[in-house]
Parts: sequence; structure tokens; C-alpha cells
Amino acid sequence: MSDFISQYGALILSAVGDTLLMVLLSTFFGYLLGIPLGVVAYVTDHGSISENRVVNAIVGWVINIIRSVPFIILIIFLIPYTRAIMGTASGTRGVLFPLVVGSAPFIARMVESSFNELDRGVIESARAMGATNFQIIRKVLLPESFPSLLRGMSIATITIIGYIAMAGMVGGGGLGAVAINYGYYRYERPVMNVTIVLLVLLVQAIQLFFSAVVRRVDKNK
Amino acid sequence: MIEISHLTKVFDNPDKTKLGVLRDVSLTVEAGDIYGIIGMSGAGKSTMLRLIGLLDTPTSGTITVEGRDLSTLAGKEKIDYYKTIGTVFQGYNLLMQKTVAQNIIFPLTLSKYDKAAARERVRELLELTGLTEKADVYPSQLSGGQKQRVAIARALATKPRLLLCDEPTSALDSLTTQSILDLLADINRTLGVTIIIITHEIGVVKKICNKVAVLEGGVLVDNGPIDHVLSNEMHPITRSFFGKEVE
Repeated sequence: MSDFISQYGALILSAVGDTLLMVLLSTFFGYLLGIPLGVVAYVTDHGSISENRVVNAIVGWVINIIRSVPFIILIIFLIPYTRAIMGTASGTRGVLFPLVVGSAPFIARMVESSFNELDRGVIESARAMGATNFQIIRKVLLPESFPSLLRGMSIATITIIGYIAMAGMVGGGGLGAVAINYGYYRYERPVMNVTIVLLVLLVQAIQLFFSAVVRRVDKNK
Repeated sequence: MIEISHLTKVFDNPDKTKLGVLRDVSLTVEAGDIYGIIGMSGAGKSTMLRLIGLLDTPTSGTITVEGRDLSTLAGKEKIDYYKTIGTVFQGYNLLMQKTVAQNIIFPLTLSKYDKAAARERVRELLELTGLTEKADVYPSQLSGGQKQRVAIARALATKPRLLLCDEPTSALDSLTTQSILDLLADINRTLGVTIIIITHEIGVVKKICNKVAVLEGGVLVDNGPIDHVLSNEMHPITRSFFGKEVE
């Protein structure tokens, strides 16, 4: 036991740190891109507040194309761009760019579906009160769907953890990389087992955290 | 106050779910009226209210509200028009993540407003609608009747001269319906707000309206002060609405 810790402890600990950092950063930037995309997809939809066929089709098309490419392939496809933008295509840094590109469209769809859960009547009544489109987005759409957005965020975060593990196959860092490098290439099952336990705990913690926050925040229950 | 002239609305899209065409409807609403618009579902009542509320545009014909032709309003004028009318919906359409008081203040927050004055306005409206104790409660904890009271208070926040009500009591039981109708009548009497109320229940018209318009298949078949309508030759649909009382 103590042998294991002295041999792999530092490695695993830093992998946990890398994973957490990547999850935080890519969720943050994924949402930074995904929310505006989701808003545009929603408001330009047929019958919505700023219906626009062309913009809606373009946004939908971009989202669908990126989502159609399996993430592991997307990472490889993006390598030259990643190198150009991030300076490297490996390690924690090199994985961030494909993570954001891969998760933003998925997040955009989650955001859009959260908005779609809202009663259109509420939006129409805001318009009847003289709210501008911008006010409707800022004062109705986002705050009213906030609990649902948070629920979506827990799913998005967990999906990103899965993406990070895939990135570990092609030179990314984090727990997934440790599991693959030690468990798969070197047959060191104990290392693999520990990383799996840690990943399960991480996912559970995220799930519990978001459930607790949503329970506090959601006033419509 | 409102002049509706040869109003026609047809939906040219093949969307079969969009019922409610209107054909050549003309009527006049005077300040202080409580005008009931009654008809079966699909008769065009809601379409008419949406046109008056500027949530949709007519195919032809004009609506003039306090001298302004609605079809000429654009941009800022449109927003200003919205602020001179209040709308109450069947489904309440409240902000579920905001308290009662936050819902009522909402229309005021859409333009520059004085915080202290807005708080005072909310206090008045809570009192008017009998919701003072519910100020900090969320809508999900309210009954249907209470939710509709919040919606009415919210619709009145900007001191509109016209209140449009789309089936405001259709989701409520009869006792609650009576109290909501009493509240609307009270608002009309004490605040001088003109009310147009869409309904399919003749009880609503009998209880609070001074005038009635009967729509059938998008056509205005009877229209005017209630006693006037009752004392003249009635369209069969009007007769069936008013029922045995007429015999």
C-alpha cells in the first residue's frame, strides 16, 4: 500500500489536479461559446422572438457537423489548429482547444433545449409588456431557465470528463491518460483501478454538487 | 378609445393548427367599457385580442387606439404602445423563478424607473389584489386564482388605460372566477381602466360586461350594449350563448 503510494501517489495526484483544471477550464470556455450559440439557435428558430431562417440554418449546421465527428477523431483533425493556437497539441494545454471546440456545440444544444422547456407564453407576455428582444433574453430566458441550465451543466461536465479521458489516448494529460498509459500499455492494473475509483468519485461529487445547487436555486417545484 | 374597422386576418401558411381567422370585423370600444368578446374556440377571439395587443398584424383593416393607427407604429413607438396596455392570459404566464413582488415590478424594470416609486407601486398593487401577505412567495406556491391576481397586478403596474384579458378565468373554478371578475370590475370602476375580455363563458359577460361582441367563424354576428343585443333579433349562436334567459 505504502509502496503504491510512494511509487504512484504523486503521479495520480497531479493527474487529478490536471483533470480538475481541464474540466473547469473547458466547461467555462465551452459555456462561454455554447450559451451564445444556444441563444442564437433558440431565438432564430421558427416562431421564436427573432425568427431568421438563414442564421438558424447556419448555426444548426455548424453544431450538427461538429457533433457528428467522434471526439477522438476531432482531436486528431484539430491537431494543426491546436498547435497554431495553443502552441502545443499535447498535455493539458494542448487538449483544452479541442475540448472547447468539441463541447461547445453539445452545450449549445443543451442550452437550447433548456430554453425550449420554458413556456412560450411567458416570453410572449414579456413582449406584450414591451420588453425588447435583448431584455427578453437577459431578464426572462436566462433567469427562468437557470435551474435547467445547471442541470444541463452537470451532464456537460461529466461528458467533458469522458472527453478528457479520450484525449489521454492521444497525448492529453489527466486521469484518463494515467489509466491508459499504465493500465493499458503497461498492464499495471492497480493504477488503472485507482484511477477508475477516482473518476467514479469525481463524477458522483459533480452530480451531488449540481443536484444540491439546483435544489436550492429552483423556485418552481 | 378603440376603433376597429374592417379587420381581416387570414393565415396564409398551411399550418392547420392556426385557427381563428377574422373577416371584416368592425367595432368601437369606448373608454370605461368592459367589452366581452365571446365565441366558440376557433371563432377568432384570441386572434382579435392579439391584433389589438399588437402581438400580430392584420391582413387588412385598421385598429386605432386613442387616435393612433397601430399599423403605423414601429420600433420605440411599438414598445411605448405595449406599455400603455396590460395583458392578462389564461395561463398566467408568470416568471416562476421570481417572487410575487418581483413579478409585479417586472414591467417597470423594462424602462428607466425610480426604485422607491416602483416599490410603492408594488405595495399598492399587492393591496389592490389582496396579495400583501404573498409578496415574497414564489408563484409555484400559489393557487390558480392567486396566480391570476399576480398577473392582473403585473398588468396594471405601468398604469395602463386598457387591459386585455384572454380567457382570464377559464382555468379557474367558479368561486375563484367570481372573485377574479369582481376584481376586474373593481379595477374598471375605481381606476377607470377600459377592459376587453375574451371568453367562451356567457357567465363572464353577464357578470361584468356592459357590451358584448359575438364572433362566429371569424365573423362578428352580434355586437353592442348587452340589453341592446338582447332586445334585438339575435343570431342563433348568440341565442344559444344567452340560453333560456332570452325566451
